[in-house]
Amino acid sequence: MLRAIQGIYMLRPVWAVLLSLLVGAGLIAIAGVNPGEAYAALFGGAFLDYYGLASTLAKMSPILLAGLAVIIPLRVGLLNIGAEGQIYMGGLFSSMAALLLPEMSPFVLVPLCVLAGAVGGGLWGLIPGYLKAYRGINEVIITILLNFIAINLVSYVAGGPMMQEGAPYPYSEEIREGLWLPYIMPQTDAHLGVVVGIALCVVAWFVFRFTTVGFGLGMIGKNPAAATYSGIRVRRNLVAVMFVAGAIGGLAGTFEVLGLKHRLYHLFSPGYGFDGIVVAFLAQLSPLMAPVAAFFLSGLKVGGLIMQRAVGLESTVVEAIQGLVIIFVAASLAFRFDRGNWRRFLERRRLLDTGLAGGITNNSGGKS
Amino acid sequence: MTAQGLRLEKISKTFGDFKALDGVDMTVPQGTVHAILGENGAGKTTLMNILYGLYQPDGGRILIDGVPQRITSPRRAMELGIGMIHQHLMLVETLTVVENVVLGLLGQGMRLSLAEHARKLEALAKSFGFDIDPHQEVWKLPMGMRQRVEILKVLYRDANLIILDEPTSVLAPSEVEGFLEGLRRLRAAGKTIIFISHKLDEVAAVADRVTVLRRGAVSADLAVAGTPPSEMARMMVGRDVVLTTLEKVPSKSDEVLVRIRDLKARDNRGNQALKGVSFDIRAGEILGVAGVDGNGQAELAEALTGLRQAEDGTVELSGEDVSAASVYERRHRLGISFVPEDRHGTGLVLDLPVYQNAMIRDFREAPFSSGPMLRTASARKVAEDWVNRYDVRLQSVEQPIRFLSGGNQQKLIFAREVECRPRLLVIMQPCKGLDVGAIEAVHRTVLAERERGTAILYISTELEHILSVCDRVAVMCAGRITGIISPEEATSERIGALIGGLEEEKVA
Repeated sequence: MLRAIQGIYMLRPVWAVLLSLLVGAGLIAIAGVNPGEAYAALFGGAFLDYYGLASTLAKMSPILLAGLAVIIPLRVGLLNIGAEGQIYMGGLFSSMAALLLPEMSPFVLVPLCVLAGAVGGGLWGLIPGYLKAYRGINEVIITILLNFIAINLVSYVAGGPMMQEGAPYPYSEEIREGLWLPYIMPQTDAHLGVVVGIALCVVAWFVFRFTTVGFGLGMIGKNPAAATYSGIRVRRNLVAVMFVAGAIGGLAGTFEVLGLKHRLYHLFSPGYGFDGIVVAFLAQLSPLMAPVAAFFLSGLKVGGLIMQRAVGLESTVVEAIQGLVIIFVAASLAFRFDRGNWRRFLERRRLLDTGLAGGITNNSGGKS
Repeated sequence: MTAQGLRLEKISKTFGDFKALDGVDMTVPQGTVHAILGENGAGKTTLMNILYGLYQPDGGRILIDGVPQRITSPRRAMELGIGMIHQHLMLVETLTVVENVVLGLLGQGMRLSLAEHARKLEALAKSFGFDIDPHQEVWKLPMGMRQRVEILKVLYRDANLIILDEPTSVLAPSEVEGFLEGLRRLRAAGKTIIFISHKLDEVAAVADRVTVLRRGAVSADLAVAGTPPSEMARMMVGRDVVLTTLEKVPSKSDEVLVRIRDLKARDNRGNQALKGVSFDIRAGEILGVAGVDGNGQAELAEALTGLRQAEDGTVELSGEDVSAASVYERRHRLGISFVPEDRHGTGLVLDLPVYQNAMIRDFREAPFSSGPMLRTASARKVAEDWVNRYDVRLQSVEQPIRFLSGGNQQKLIFAREVECRPRLLVIMQPCKGLDVGAIEAVHRTVLAERERGTAILYISTELEHILSVCDRVAVMCAGRITGIISPEEATSERIGALIGGLEEEKVA
């Protein structure tokens, strides 16, 4: 019984999502549309339709990687709000590598581009990591501010030095096809990025669960004083973690460029870095749950557009539903499973039941 | 009975089963400096918190200028003209002196005229001979000046009775004389001062009368003039120290394992907390460190274990200078183990299960891991073995350690820090908050380690524990070791004098 209740607690993001969809149904009804039809369009379009599913997977790639870039530092006690900036730096570095490096075999050049993107994002994570570890400066503020720098840097590069001549809009030359990421579903946009993202999630789970490095990192997150006491170099680890997180954020931008856009556009990420924060909370910081959360959130975004077209809903309603999901999930995380409380509750129930079964008549005075 | 000043009658206070104060009587006439002496846990701070309205006494009454008063809150205390200066100064460092003084001042309207307050403050400071710039930012001031800001704060609120809790503990030695001079000026101006201390020379220098508290009761109330400090020392420690020496085999080895020379370190606030400490520990010897809390013991333990950077001095282990070694190196290669004072904050990760807490020290080594991989199953087995052998009571090693009692948590920490076969074991306040059974278990473990040949540094404020367990006892006061003696020659007079900061020669 206790286990069942604990299971219900563990699934609280699911209950929160269902509840938010229920409230969302109300909003849809107010907008004058049948909620059943609308949700059918949303989920059918996002998850059951071939092209819809492909769009969902294409969107999932940056959202999942950004989610992982938030989850890893948060497990070590750092809040990385800078995944967005790290995405932009990853996109910048990888497209520069793809466009500026001399012609060579794709088998060499693609890994080089990916590496460049990871390093670009990594540097963008290293800065707040270093400032936090050695200067005690709040990483939240630094990562937020670095977002603006990265976004504007990409706008400058895409609209200036690297802008394609005569382009109507700030974007670079197209990256040649040999350097594109392979597609995983023919005739669609779904590219390899999402597979790499899932693989990295499994790696992160494995590291945290089974290795000494992961154990040490978890200890820093739970009690930095104890970590120092056990001989862990806390500062060094914080910097390393932020570098890795930044690199993963950088990969999100890299795959967005090499897999989907094939050019460096200005403003190419519509806030995937911030969706990553939502994914981290939806997944309750579990790397294994992150793909599920990212899949759901991407589906919501893609399905929202489909729903909008299918039943003629205002896009604001779809955005409102996404907002509801976030609020409900955040609120659900406030409920904590208290084994002791529930055990006492169940024990009282059991006593009451046996009392009732044993006949209250014998004991009509009552004990309490 | 109409005497001006403060009078306490039969003040009592119990926390749970613990009698913190038991019928304390005290009279402090207007315009005198009254010192309260006592060891840790003697009830000094409880008594002052009652005076300041933070606690309500269970019995007895407080008379101010002959009128019984109920002090229900610090605000009420201030209205009665009582001001308190805590051991750790409560100032906003980024604000100026006058801003700090005005902060929280009652009876202000919507407008605040800082200039006028500054003028009044300056005049007030002058009248007591304090030279202070009201517009200076507090963080720029030395500690001694900051303390004056605190004093001005209460004077500005028209306090007549000023309580100072261990006021000299934050001061540099050069600042102490100036501080004592300030107290004399306040007394000359008719203010009444109660100051809590354990430093005998300061009491002798400035106080008119002294009340000595011991285990919540007044053990002496005497005029300072005509009482030798050694007499006060005896009163403070009180009991003729009862030696309940545990069965000990004599140390087998004469090998000096640990050699500390002139070790200096600063505390987190940047004060010189360790002012040159030297001692040796032999293999199989327990060196106790006694003294009132906050006299450099924590910094000593941290400097030895590498958690705090030493400023100067050397730490040698078997002849090897390890002063520059990292925490990791000290713990693994050099074999230094540490039972920290703060079990929850430092020694354990409360959210992790018991078996993972068992591996905190050595999770990078066998049997807890091989290479980069954790060996969870074998870690569980090790933890279960320790749980059995050290009698840790729990349901399962998978339980978060948060749910274990303090004694059981401490047993697990000891198992972890001892089972790795250390060469030096540093223990800090190991019995804090433990019941008698757990204390006994801790001391059995410590003695077993001694027999194994480990050098042990046992830091505690509990004199009884130290005297019954240790081979030699070093007493610390104000960042120095004031003397190292053997438990057999530890009379209460001698220990009290050392705790009070009187160096050996002065007593003899």
